[in-house]
Amino acid sequence: MQELTLKSHRFRKERETEWRRLEDLLARAERSSAAALSDDEIIALPVLYRSALSSLSVARAISLDQALIAYLESLCTRAYFFVYGTRTTFAKRIAAFFRRDWPRAAQDLWLETLIAVAVMALGAAVAYMLVMRDSTWFYSFVSPGLAGGRGPAAATEELRSTLFSDEESGLSIFATFLFTHNAQIALFAFALGFAFCLPAAFLVLTNGMMLGAFVALFASRGLGIEFGGWLFIHGTTELFAIALAGAAGFRLGWTLAFPGQRSRVDAMSAAGRKAAIVMTGVVIMLGVAGALEGVGRQVLTDTGLRYAIGAFALLFWLLYLYLPRMEESDEHG
Amino acid sequence: MSTVETAAPAGRPALPTERVRELITPEGIDLRLKLAEVSERTTAFFIDAAIIVGVLVGMTLLSIAAMISTGFQSTGITQIIWLLAAFFLRNFYFMAFELTPRGATPGKRAVGLRVATRNGEPLGFDAIFARNAMREIELFLPMSFLFVYGREAGIWGALAGTIWCAVFVFFPFFNRDRLRIGDFVAGTWVIHAPRRALELDLASGERAAGLTITQAEADVYGVKELSVLEEVLRRKDEATMQAVAARIRAKIKRSKAQGETDRAFLEAYYLALRTKLEGRLLFGHRRRDKHDKA
Repeated sequence: MQELTLKSHRFRKERETEWRRLEDLLARAERSSAAALSDDEIIALPVLYRSALSSLSVARAISLDQALIAYLESLCTRAYFFVYGTRTTFAKRIAAFFRRDWPRAAQDLWLETLIAVAVMALGAAVAYMLVMRDSTWFYSFVSPGLAGGRGPAAATEELRSTLFSDEESGLSIFATFLFTHNAQIALFAFALGFAFCLPAAFLVLTNGMMLGAFVALFASRGLGIEFGGWLFIHGTTELFAIALAGAAGFRLGWTLAFPGQRSRVDAMSAAGRKAAIVMTGVVIMLGVAGALEGVGRQVLTDTGLRYAIGAFALLFWLLYLYLPRMEESDEHG
Repeated sequence: MSTVETAAPAGRPALPTERVRELITPEGIDLRLKLAEVSERTTAFFIDAAIIVGVLVGMTLLSIAAMISTGFQSTGITQIIWLLAAFFLRNFYFMAFELTPRGATPGKRAVGLRVATRNGEPLGFDAIFARNAMREIELFLPMSFLFVYGREAGIWGALAGTIWCAVFVFFPFFNRDRLRIGDFVAGTWVIHAPRRALELDLASGERAAGLTITQAEADVYGVKELSVLEEVLRRKDEATMQAVAARIRAKIKRSKAQGETDRAFLEAYYLALRTKLEGRLLFGHRRRDKHDKA
């Protein structure tokens, strides 16, 4: 008659089927998604979850069976993350990202973006002036691998041919390489921002210097306009993306140093998430820039058209990201 | 919220609370999340790294095979696929898996871990992106430094770089919640969320005949000893059971009866002790261990 007096045992016997049902539903939902469950099961899941929570609370109070409490804790934790997890579909999350999250996050980082643009422009101006005065400075700003034969030693005709060559074999390989390479650098700039902004600023600055050195090189040979077109077609998108990546990094480093009213931990996670949204956009922009650079530039050799596309791209990004829009209800996505 | 644990006298906690974190659900129950150990997370990471490297090697072999079989006609498309796949594996392998309802990569699943936000909110894409993008400075920067730039930098440069990288790599050891920089930036942490099977209730077994434990005999131990006994019974290790049975018999001054197995004795004793302790629990007293005489 021992079994009748052990209340915890009777308690477990009465509730066990419910727990197992919840476990089964969770296993199926976790394996694929909530779509794997029928409507009835979807409705049943939160009810079963609350009942399991109440079981956990009772078990902690009356049962000394460690295995049972551990089981209920793990079951409730899993169910909690499912019930209170993200409820929107993947497509809706993507739509919300483009419609609201990305422009809003970019607008929030406007000051950092301006600073990043200024740092880049500073780098470009300094490199431009130095290379204009003494062309050997070029090698200090551009690594030989990246220059690829374009340097002060090259003849003007050679330089001209690099701007309009259509013998680039696999255009799409080139585009892919450019995208992955640039995106990696942008991610790196973002992560480096954590170290109090300085390494990220350095990265943005060197990028600007490289730009300035190239401009100076081509301008000194009277190829300034053509080089502008060569650069403009993808450069507006790419450089803007790199400035945004730098801005995201600045936000991290600045918040780490000066968290403001909130605790450093809270401020950092808010800043990190906001910066991450911007960075997601940066990766997308670099994909576009890679396509423009790898394919568009090789196909279009008309300088005017190149300028037009580059200007259109810049205008598009500016309008898309910064045009004020109506405040929408802040549904959680 | 359960107040049983907090009712225990201060100073000697009933649970190893160092790694337990409070998460109160909207229903008002504390889930008592258990943080993952650095060692477990390292294991999980190496499993994931092995998967990534394995896929990369497999893909490289496949693309070489494809190039050879087509007589080097399709090098372009294979290169593109390879470049993109390598990029996405490096950057989005972790993100894609952490976006699933399980919130964990295969490596984390194997160890029984998951990612969660520290404030209990749903785990959004922004947080996942932030925590994984920081891998650039936690992992790839130190690696590229060690293998590539370190050689060019000279000894002092290499030393300075190593120290600088070490700050990022060993960050998890220097905070209470075992956060790596990615977790710190994204507002997440990594917790235990294993799938646990409901084990047999030890109180439901058949009781051996003639084995009666008296009230007085059951009244020598507390909850702590009961949970140790439970562990011993679940592990079913003969030598341990023998030793524990001998200890208990000595404590309650009872000799081994004719034909009585250690296992049967321990099960009977477990049941008696649990009945006794749970009975007292219902009246509001939790006897923590054998020293708790009240």
